[in-house]
Amino acid sequence: MAEAASVAAECLAGCRARGARSVLGQVVLPGEELLLPEQEDAEGPGGAGERPLSLNAGARSRVRVICGPGLRRCGDRLLVTKCGRLRHKEPGGGGGGVYWVDSQQKRYVPVKGDHVIGIVTAKSGDIFKVDVGGSEPASLSYLSFEGATKRNRPNVQVGDLIYGQFVVANKDMEPEMVCIDSCGRANGMGVIGQDGLLFKVTLGLIRKLLAPDCEIIQEVGKLYPLEIVFGMNGRIWVKAKTIQQTLILANILEACEHMTSDQRKQIFSRLAES
Amino acid sequence: LISKKWSELFMQRGLDSETKKQLEEEEKKIISEEHWYLDLPELKEKESFIIEEQSFLLCEDLLYGRMSFRGFNPEVEKLMLHMNAKHKAEEVEDETVELDVSDEEMARRYETLVGTIGKKFARKRDHANYEEDENGDIQPIKAKKMFLKPQD
Repeated sequence: MAEAASVAAECLAGCRARGARSVLGQVVLPGEELLLPEQEDAEGPGGAGERPLSLNAGARSRVRVICGPGLRRCGDRLLVTKCGRLRHKEPGGGGGGVYWVDSQQKRYVPVKGDHVIGIVTAKSGDIFKVDVGGSEPASLSYLSFEGATKRNRPNVQVGDLIYGQFVVANKDMEPEMVCIDSCGRANGMGVIGQDGLLFKVTLGLIRKLLAPDCEIIQEVGKLYPLEIVFGMNGRIWVKAKTIQQTLILANILEACEHMTSDQRKQIFSRLAES
Repeated sequence: LISKKWSELFMQRGLDSETKKQLEEEEKKIISEEHWYLDLPELKEKESFIIEEQSFLLCEDLLYGRMSFRGFNPEVEKLMLHMNAKHKAEEVEDETVELDVSDEEMARRYETLVGTIGKKFARKRDHANYEEDENGDIQPIKAKKMFLKPQD
């Protein structure tokens, strides 16, 4: 880790943009510029300073590259805005891949399309104000529930937990969320049931737990009957049959961020015995 | 020179096309002087091939956020299968709805159904039309008595 940071610092000092491909999986620092593969060829090895890129539209076909969280477009290059490891995903079809920075943070910033757990804080007229952990409470219209009409209002009280997704989330406007999808079906969204426990974790842990091949979730699922809801805003809601089981589950999920897989297996085996 | 309002003059039908043109030009001059503009060199926005997205959904394949294990919440477990299968882009086989009742039986039922419902709305006089067959099936309505025009 120390070497990676020193290499990055060197590059920043030398003001030389690195190729994105060469930095995959390494730590990048904010302020670095990354060259996309096509431009790397133009620069050539050991390119001194900034050579103007020859825009030969006919010769090279531009491939659409998506720059994800932690990266910004800076002219024809990618500018890093968060520190973390650079990741890349190959495209499924068409277009170039996706580049993003795998960073860690606790503060959530609303993003369109994210499924989050919110707490209803106020009910004013036709909309609910839902606290999602961002800078502003999101607004949720009472018509954005499955089967809701003007006469048939959903049964939502202040203090309820809501699982919904954002339809509007940018820095200029108040975020808006809904509990139905584009077809009008709930798909599991809406008011989360009674009891259970809501707690907060880091955003990186949520993504780690929701990865398709997450061992933690598979092991947790074998312990006892339980239900979990993950919100991309760092909130997890758990429920099990007894309060003690719920608390155990909450402690495991909070602690598993900092445990190695061996420690985790030890804990699970102890739990399985008791 | 122009005592009346420009718009009044302009809208007059009887006005010459020449005068109209003159008025238009003068109007344009006034407008272009009043309009503010940025005194900057023209920035050519080239079509960029980098798209900015702030969502992690594109980057990582994440599972559906609601989970239930060992039958705690059967609806959520069904949802899990549905959403994760959709997400993995497996082609969902065309679900042929299992027919509880075959088509032929449906057709037979409908035949008799028409009679049953019709009976409900029939008046007492029409009840005679609905005579039950030996099998118990209700025969369809016989021709209603229409008005017959006298021949002469």
